[in-house]
Amino acid sequence: MNEIRKLFPVLNQEVNGHPLVYLDSAATSQKPIQVLEAVKNYYELDNSNVHRGVHTLGNRATDSYEGAREKIRKFINATSTEEIIYTRGTTTSLNTVAAAYGRMNVEEGDEIIISYMEHHSNLIPWQQLAKEKGAVLKYFDLEPDGTITLDTIRNTITEKTKIVAITMASNVLGTINPIKEIAEMAHAVGAVIVVDAAQAAPHMPIDVQDLDCDFLGFSGHKMCGPTGIGVLYGKKALLENMEPIEFGGEMIDFVGLYDSTWKELPWKFEGGTPNIAGAIGLGAAIDFLNEIGLEKIAEHEHSLVEYAISEMDKIDGLTIYGPRDPQKRCGLITFNIDGVHPHDLATVLDMNGIAVRAGHHCAQPLMKWLQCTATARASFYMYNTKEDIDRLVEGLRSAKEYFNDVF
Amino acid sequence: MSFNNLDQLYRSVIMDHYKKPRNKGSLEGDSVTIDMNNPTCGDRIHLTLKINDGIVEDAKFDGEGCSISMSSASMMTEVIKGKKLNEALELADIFSKMMLGEDYSDKYDLGDVEALQGVSKFPARIKCATLAWKAMEKGVSDQN
Repeated sequence: MNEIRKLFPVLNQEVNGHPLVYLDSAATSQKPIQVLEAVKNYYELDNSNVHRGVHTLGNRATDSYEGAREKIRKFINATSTEEIIYTRGTTTSLNTVAAAYGRMNVEEGDEIIISYMEHHSNLIPWQQLAKEKGAVLKYFDLEPDGTITLDTIRNTITEKTKIVAITMASNVLGTINPIKEIAEMAHAVGAVIVVDAAQAAPHMPIDVQDLDCDFLGFSGHKMCGPTGIGVLYGKKALLENMEPIEFGGEMIDFVGLYDSTWKELPWKFEGGTPNIAGAIGLGAAIDFLNEIGLEKIAEHEHSLVEYAISEMDKIDGLTIYGPRDPQKRCGLITFNIDGVHPHDLATVLDMNGIAVRAGHHCAQPLMKWLQCTATARASFYMYNTKEDIDRLVEGLRSAKEYFNDVF
Repeated sequence: MSFNNLDQLYRSVIMDHYKKPRNKGSLEGDSVTIDMNNPTCGDRIHLTLKINDGIVEDAKFDGEGCSISMSSASMMTEVIKGKKLNEALELADIFSKMMLGEDYSDKYDLGDVEALQGVSKFPARIKCATLAWKAMEKGVSDQN
């Protein structure tokens, strides 16, 4: 994995006089040269609009853009590229489902179920939909270790449930949820399952057919790709019955003065000139991830988490949130140190070249559940090493010393 | 690990206000109440001001946040007590200039507030320091 690190130019720098230790990949990952070059090559050699021109550049751009869609299809094992819609990111993917599917299928008195561990982007769209429709928003209860039991899921889903929206891997607790089982229980009552895979797609293999999920969204920028590009996967039968929510160029078939018809899937959901360079960059990111192997990435992160938990446990007054078993969580650790506010902690670490996230991590209801207003989070990716964790632990110890002893 | 740079930010007077906040709590009775938060990080302040005849007679704050936001709130309540409304607004402006690293008027004795000067060198923390001042500015402007 040390060789991999060299492929990420941004990691090779000093921050505040120390070699950079980047532990904020759950917010956004760094990009390897393969991705940077793919984006650069597109702009330098092929830049042109897609699906329009008769000219050569237009064809090359379209081929690369649609070629990336096929890479994404394979990456999550979707049946067809008709099921792969480009979006701006997970937030847009989830909002699209709420607006295009939710509005059509949820009525007064119906239930939408989410969990306390949802990111705001998989919470607010459903909260607002429920408000608009007079539907009931319910939450899966969490166990003290931040997991959801199958019994809880079984007891919460009812005949009235229309949508279950849940994260595959929590951006705060690290919890990996049993999506396949939840999908089965949702389908048993005729509900659909919407999966937020923003923290899962970069770190573990996803097979949408095996999971049998109805919708799934993820972001390119958390998986070595550019910002501003993401994916909405949806089952074809569902997407076909949904109306577009954005109208304009690219998505139309025939436009009359008083009515219009739409292109077929997936383009009917892609109004306007898309993020072509982003899609091509995401395609390159997927090639890169496949080359290393998602299993190998997951294994590397599990070993980092295991090592980090054992080292962080040795610090008095440090609380780690979420499941204890490294195999049951993704590559991030959210924590607090008694007497040191996470912002202050993050500043001390930053002065030592270590980048971590501090705050509510776009999960205010979860912070309430954890009974804190903010936490610190260190998140790992393929390019992180044990040495990075040693630097983190050393930084945590000195921050604790600084705030508890110096003052 | 060296703490030299950190000491610019975390002066002992700041940590003193953080650990022993002045004017902590909430004013009873007829007072102006302002609730404000910093949505990017979860810091939260509840400020109550007693304003009579155009003068801030008393101020108390409650809230949650990092050492910079809470110490700044504590210092702010100390410095605005007894000030006229326009003076309080002027102080908010002075503080904002201080955070931006700009020159500011030395018309007022800022007391402990001067210790927050170092925050201007930590752009990510400026919002922490200004939260309480923004709340005060809002409360006072509404009365003016």
